[in-house]
Amino acid sequence: MTVYVFDGTMDGLLTAVFDTFDRHEQPESLLTTGDALPLFCDNVHEVATDETKARRVWAGLEKRLSREAVRLIAVGWLSEMNDLNSPLYRYICKVFRQEASAPSIERNYADPDVLEVTNIARKVLHEQLRMKQFIRFQKAKDGTYLAVVSPDHNVLPLITGHFADRFNDQPWLIYDAHRHYGYYYEGKGRPVHITFQDEEAVPFSLADGKLREEVLSSDDRLLQDLWRTYFKAICIRERINPRKQLNDMPRRYWKYMTEKMC
Amino acid sequence: MLTDSTMERLRVLAESAKYDVSCSSSGTVRRGKQGMVGNTVGGVGICHSFADDGRCISLLKVMLTNYCMYDCAYCVNRRSNDIKRATLSVSELVDITMEFYRRNYIEGLFLSSGVVRNPDYTMERLVAIVRNLRTVQRFNGYIHLKSIPGASQELLNEAGLYADRMSVNIEIPREESLKLLAPEKNHQSVFQPMRLIEQGVMENKEDRRRYRHAPRFVPAGQSTQMIVGATNDSDRDILTMSSMLYGQPTIRRVYYSGYISVNTYDPRLPVLKQPPLVRENRLYQADWLLRFYHFKVEEIVDDLHPDLDLEVDPKLAWALRHPEAFPIDINTADYEWLLRVPGLGTKSAWLITNARRSCRLTSEHLKKMGVVMKKAKYFITCHELSASTLQPLRGINELSPEKLRPLLVSPRQRKLAEQEKQLTMDFGE
Repeated sequence: MTVYVFDGTMDGLLTAVFDTFDRHEQPESLLTTGDALPLFCDNVHEVATDETKARRVWAGLEKRLSREAVRLIAVGWLSEMNDLNSPLYRYICKVFRQEASAPSIERNYADPDVLEVTNIARKVLHEQLRMKQFIRFQKAKDGTYLAVVSPDHNVLPLITGHFADRFNDQPWLIYDAHRHYGYYYEGKGRPVHITFQDEEAVPFSLADGKLREEVLSSDDRLLQDLWRTYFKAICIRERINPRKQLNDMPRRYWKYMTEKMC
Repeated sequence: MLTDSTMERLRVLAESAKYDVSCSSSGTVRRGKQGMVGNTVGGVGICHSFADDGRCISLLKVMLTNYCMYDCAYCVNRRSNDIKRATLSVSELVDITMEFYRRNYIEGLFLSSGVVRNPDYTMERLVAIVRNLRTVQRFNGYIHLKSIPGASQELLNEAGLYADRMSVNIEIPREESLKLLAPEKNHQSVFQPMRLIEQGVMENKEDRRRYRHAPRFVPAGQSTQMIVGATNDSDRDILTMSSMLYGQPTIRRVYYSGYISVNTYDPRLPVLKQPPLVRENRLYQADWLLRFYHFKVEEIVDDLHPDLDLEVDPKLAWALRHPEAFPIDINTADYEWLLRVPGLGTKSAWLITNARRSCRLTSEHLKKMGVVMKKAKYFITCHELSASTLQPLRGINELSPEKLRPLLVSPRQRKLAEQEKQLTMDFGE
């Protein structure tokens, strides 16, 4: 049996597709470097990631699929889930194998690979919506608004546009504590990708997202209290329904949310 | 300047506003503008939090004041109630809205008010706040404004230029019941402002056809709310009213609010230990059928069934009453008919219509797509021999609806429905 091993990058996966057609073979499975090889594999091909080949495959995809379908693939990739690799690889291969006259495969949800890729992309889109819902900013003394998050999927690139559009006159920083990078917007222009060399020295806690007392702006504490007061007051006690609350606002998001902190 | 006293008043006024259920921030797409704060995203809107009762918090829902000159029996803020009264100043309200918005706590403001002195006086103060937000603070987020029945057309016209959505609550679907509970109101007083707003929207549409840059008037349309369980109005009264409203060009949403016994001492009101939550849920399901599933109100409730079935959802109830419509062939039926299958929603119906262009679908495919086969299997046929494990030989017609029904009601649903029936039994005496 034939097995391909790639380096886990998008370019690597696209190169694997290129090699499949170049070598006229169809591997039984696609593994990431470091995965245990299955028994009885007699043909292992190490995919050498090549940017030019990857570009050619991507351009081919853009020609054969609708813009929406290409976007879903890109969005799905941000899930950072290993389960996506094989279905996505087989999906892309099928796109290139398809005859031009057949109805496009991208909406054939009876195909398990297409359905899986679509479902994973949906999950990512769901989480980016949750970030737009649940991000909470604190205001620092210098006027910068800070929010710390740690989403399951790598969704920051999908939401910076929304926040730059909405808060176009206020400098903000959204930091992904789990992936150790963030986006900074200085109040004009575009949000920029940033990382901290010394993460220990940042003036906020990565564990609960709180700004340190000495850099917090003077009225922020009062506003947080106001918000917590409002959050408690708006609840109708006769209708308490923790099941629905947890369903719509899972507990894993609570640790950075003002109304759920004390 | 915000202080601790602001906090106490915000608490009081939020408590007074919370029985208004509308909270959505949908209906307008407006990109951010240079020199302004905020945008609106349209689509389903953004819910920023969920309170302990599970209801979403999208807008800062608050009253300007909870002093009120009216004495409506169902309202917590009625004149004769001995509750804490408070008023927020214009600058406090504006500050709270802007600061909350900049921290991404809220999508915008939902402002209502008790009526003080006279409707025009109250409306004027509401308009002053939204005017300040839009023109001084340059706020570009969502604003939902309650319009005060009886306010003048000039004030409504100005308010409509600042607000995204405006609303007047019907509260009680039948006029006799409304007059009983709120002697100072009648249906005329509710429909009058609704019509004025609608008129404004229609004129604005005409203007915008001619002048592309004419300012928009209430772009997200109107919404309204009805209280469920405070009177003996049937679900048929409620849904007929909703369906009539959805027939009008500017009504986007009707909300249903399970009555919570706030004024237990009033003999005109039922004493409920617990709000009718199951009934409220069924009404929302019926509302969805009207709006997204191409159902007509006569198909959901009729003379024989004036109230919704509490044990099963209205779509399943319809299917059980109409076995002749089934089975439906998944591979050939129109989208409209797919929507009628219990266990199949708009999402799976869309997936099916797309997927069946490429191949014939089997129940295995349907299961993967997220169709609730436990329900759907009795109502469909698909491309396979019916002897498979997923697709029993016996569909709704072989089993008969009476035998099928108990198979589809979970014990939990039955228990909840039973509890609610008992709690509302002694109603009307």
